[in-house]
Amino acid sequence: MTVMKGRRASLVCWLIAALVLAACNDGPANDGGDDSLNGQVLVSAASSLSDVFAAVEEAFEESNPGVDVVLNLAGSASLREQILGGAPADVFASADTLNMDRVVDAGDVDGLPRVFARNLMRIAVPVGNPAEVTELADFADENLLIGLCAENVPCGDLGRQALEKAGVSAVVDTNEASVRSLLTKIEAGELDAGIVYVTDVASTSGDVEGIAIPQAHNVVAEYPIAVLDGARNPNDAADFVAFVLSDEGREILIEYGFSVP
Amino acid sequence: MTEALAPTRRRSRRPPLVLVVLAILGLAVFVIPLLGLLARTPWRDLPTLLAGDVVIDALRLSVITSLGATAISAVLGVPLAWMLARVEFPGRSIVRGLVLLPLVIPPVVGGAALLFALGRRGLIGEPLNRATGLVLPFSTWGAVIAVTFVAMPFLVITVEGALRNLDPRFEGAAATLGAGRWTVLRRVTFPMVGPSLVAGLVLTWARAFGEFGATITFAGNLEGRTQTLPLAVFIALESDRDTAVALSLIMVAISLTVLVVLRERWWKTP
Repeated sequence: MTVMKGRRASLVCWLIAALVLAACNDGPANDGGDDSLNGQVLVSAASSLSDVFAAVEEAFEESNPGVDVVLNLAGSASLREQILGGAPADVFASADTLNMDRVVDAGDVDGLPRVFARNLMRIAVPVGNPAEVTELADFADENLLIGLCAENVPCGDLGRQALEKAGVSAVVDTNEASVRSLLTKIEAGELDAGIVYVTDVASTSGDVEGIAIPQAHNVVAEYPIAVLDGARNPNDAADFVAFVLSDEGREILIEYGFSVP
Repeated sequence: MTEALAPTRRRSRRPPLVLVVLAILGLAVFVIPLLGLLARTPWRDLPTLLAGDVVIDALRLSVITSLGATAISAVLGVPLAWMLARVEFPGRSIVRGLVLLPLVIPPVVGGAALLFALGRRGLIGEPLNRATGLVLPFSTWGAVIAVTFVAMPFLVITVEGALRNLDPRFEGAAATLGAGRWTVLRRVTFPMVGPSLVAGLVLTWARAFGEFGATITFAGNLEGRTQTLPLAVFIALESDRDTAVALSLIMVAISLTVLVVLRERWWKTP
């Protein structure tokens, strides 16, 4: 009996010990800066940066062999919520200043964010443009299947601003959560047209066609980047941001269709 | 004798401490997120938030799609369960695997597959569109189909399990007494699997009510047409957290009520 009880008690002790240890492990890792060379930099980047940041990651890791860049790609608004909710991240690259400002206001940014790229909006249609879309005015056609990004997602706000400038009230069939999911549906031919970034039309390599939006109606997307206050690896994070802003980083951005400040 | 037995009995009545601790930790996995939700709930603004157009539209669509999916699952899923349980045919284990597949694949994958199959340019969607002009994606019907794809397996496995456990001698006896095949099905088989059928329908409905990934991938997201409650929560989380929390709260309340009440009533554990 006593042996049984002792065993039982020790099992419970082990369990509690394991839980406490797990809790302890989590603590210091979150706030203490890790200066080791073999660092990991967690970059939360807007989904419109998917392709260009994959190239930036590769180039950065080549010149910084000890550092492993991990990309967390999602809509800027989702990333903002993740960061405000305390999810670990070292760098935030937003597709608009609005979402970055909210993170700055919450005191989660170390230093000041810097704009590293600009982008324009463009109409995307499936290959062959089966619905014969030519301009933003076609977005008011009820017979077409039109998609935009949802409100508060940068491409959604910018797309709506462009429509407003053109004086078009669009008949929308879906408000997609990110520019990638919007592009997927245009690529599949399920939507007749949508508004995406100029760089998206370049990056899908022939799966969608782009139609320019006249300058008078177009809007500029600004991409700010910043090291986050709670960065576990602030040194490597700062190096990554510096690399994005460097000549080498700018060259990659231009290659992918962005303009740089 | 009684004295000797008593301690054993008393001890067996008390569950082992380790199990209790682990069970409580297990329960915590489910309860802690709920507490987080309740802690964030803007109780004072709740009535105003719940009366908003977005909420009413999403609730209406969720009711339509989840009940629609449950109805379709009943009409198509019960015969499928019966075939799997009662008819020997080649490749039955493969069919069973196919039926269970939506339970394990990510719903987003299911939604994409639906898009490639039933979309306007899809394998079946294209000829369908040419013949009838029907476009399933971005329509409420599309949402119903996406939800059915994800939820129907719950009905099929529940009913199939019940049919397999049913003693075939009852049906045999009815047949011996002169009942035709339909009469046996109607008067013997279905009444005996009734509780499982209801349990399966409830589970199917609950899964349909909470479906997100397949719906947003196949049917898109438009208020009043395809934006069900889970989609509305997802979109609102990025712009209006109070509304997102209010929406989450009614989802939890409705689902929990249905699961508890109907389970107690129909799905009695032996």
